[in-house]
Amino acid sequence: MITKKTVDHLGWLARIKLTEEDKEKFTDQLNSILDYFEKLDEVDADVPPTHHVLGLTNVFRDDVAGQSISQEDALGNAPKKERGYFKGPRIV
Amino acid sequence: MKDVIIGLEVHVQLNKLRSKLFCSCSTQYHDSEPDTHTCPVCLGLPGALPVTNGKAVDNAIKVALALNCNIEEWTMFYRKNYYYPDLVKGFQISQYDYPIATNGSISLETEGGERTIRIKRVHMEEDPGRLVHVGTIDKSKYSLIDYNRSGVALLEVVTEPDLRTPKEARLFLNKLKNILEYLDVFDSSLEGSLRVDANISIAGGKRAEIKNISSYKGVEKALLFEIVRQNNLVRRGVKVVQETRHFDEVRGITISLRTKEGEEDYRYFPEPDLVPITIVDRVDDIKKTLPELPDAKRQRFVLQYGISDNHAKVLISELGLANFFETVATEVDANLSATWIADVLKGELNYRDLDISAFSPGHMVQILQMLKKDTITENGAVQVIRTILDEGGTPLDIVERKGLQPKMGAEASGNITLRVIEENPDAFQDFCKGKNEAMHFLMGQVMKETHGTVDRSTVIELLNKSKKEKLQNASDNHREA
Repeated sequence: MITKKTVDHLGWLARIKLTEEDKEKFTDQLNSILDYFEKLDEVDADVPPTHHVLGLTNVFRDDVAGQSISQEDALGNAPKKERGYFKGPRIV
Repeated sequence: MKDVIIGLEVHVQLNKLRSKLFCSCSTQYHDSEPDTHTCPVCLGLPGALPVTNGKAVDNAIKVALALNCNIEEWTMFYRKNYYYPDLVKGFQISQYDYPIATNGSISLETEGGERTIRIKRVHMEEDPGRLVHVGTIDKSKYSLIDYNRSGVALLEVVTEPDLRTPKEARLFLNKLKNILEYLDVFDSSLEGSLRVDANISIAGGKRAEIKNISSYKGVEKALLFEIVRQNNLVRRGVKVVQETRHFDEVRGITISLRTKEGEEDYRYFPEPDLVPITIVDRVDDIKKTLPELPDAKRQRFVLQYGISDNHAKVLISELGLANFFETVATEVDANLSATWIADVLKGELNYRDLDISAFSPGHMVQILQMLKKDTITENGAVQVIRTILDEGGTPLDIVERKGLQPKMGAEASGNITLRVIEENPDAFQDFCKGKNEAMHFLMGQVMKETHGTVDRSTVIELLNKSKKEKLQNASDNHREA
């Protein structure tokens, strides 16, 4: 059961600002999604779990170094930069 | 002392790989400008798709085998979600359920005897970027971020809480490093190649997790600090709280970091952009490529070369040193080699913070051969080693230049002196008459013949003895006549 408190916490984890209205709405929506999962209980559980929808395994790349993009391009989207670094707030 | 319980999470870069874990950006970024080894994948740009580096998986399997792990039949990647500026995508591609390997062990030789440290799991993940704190972590005004490191393959090795002292923790790390270097998957000399999170609690108290310790000595120091801190709290009747702490390498202390995220907050879920990996069919081939590991090499050295276990232990502590020893020991006496490499050379290298690549095995062979032939003293050999390390040069040149040949035995120098007297009768005659210049001349001749390896006093003594004999003979002859 998802409570408003859970939604509030999820909002913080996702760094999304939620209004009281949003929280009410998302609590209902998330609960109905979770309820829907109960449908799975109707399935015979004696099947192997699906870990990926494609059914592929072992897709690999050789260990060869290729071209990187330039520092200028790398920093192209950065709101703030300094001496070739991305610049961000103080982190603790 | 109360029981201390320590568990480690060790992150090592698989930095012998040429490219990153999920993109082909080069791993050779150490001497480069920031943010010059990136691409849409390791910058987390929208739409970029990761593709797994096959050799990274093989290297991880190698490590798992060497750590006596159970290798799972198959493995897969997960997304670990959290926000931190060093993490480009808002999640780290890591492993969760179905890690590549579980239940391994490393045996440690501690002061209390042999101990087995259990390995809980080994998993692969991508390295985040590197944060450059301007000032110290708790005082900096802002952070700079270099994403060159972002996406480099990491291996996380998680131990069970089997370690009991900070020293054991360091021994464990040394042993792990040793094994990884033997496997040729890890270069510990590169900056940032190892980071450790250490969990520590004291006798039933709550545990503190010390994050991101970046050196071997740092781990021991941080743990020692934590033991004192936690004991002080207990003594004052304050409860130790479960928390994450940061180790300040410069000040040698740990600082509380308030983090709000617990494991459930990481919202792990399968990485949909990567498909599962079956491992079981790769293991046999990789097993065949496994090199001799440190413990096996140590036993072989003792058996094959008849050297002491203590010497073998030192020699196998670095693969380069072990190879150096074997090269030298095939040319000269193995025991002499072991003694000089493990006891002398290693000490001189440590003192100068150098590794074995600073010394040529050929030079060691020459030095040991001179020792065997007694054309150099032990003291002289040490001098030669020091000179090579400090100034360069070859053993023969240094012996010559520094006059390190041993002083010649009395018999040998006596014979040479007598020969010089015989060959220079006039000079000797003058000497007998008390001429100083003649004495200097004869001395010069002896020195020339012996390359200066006799004591002057020995020669003078001999010259005087010969003079006395000559005068004695002269007076005897005179009497007879």
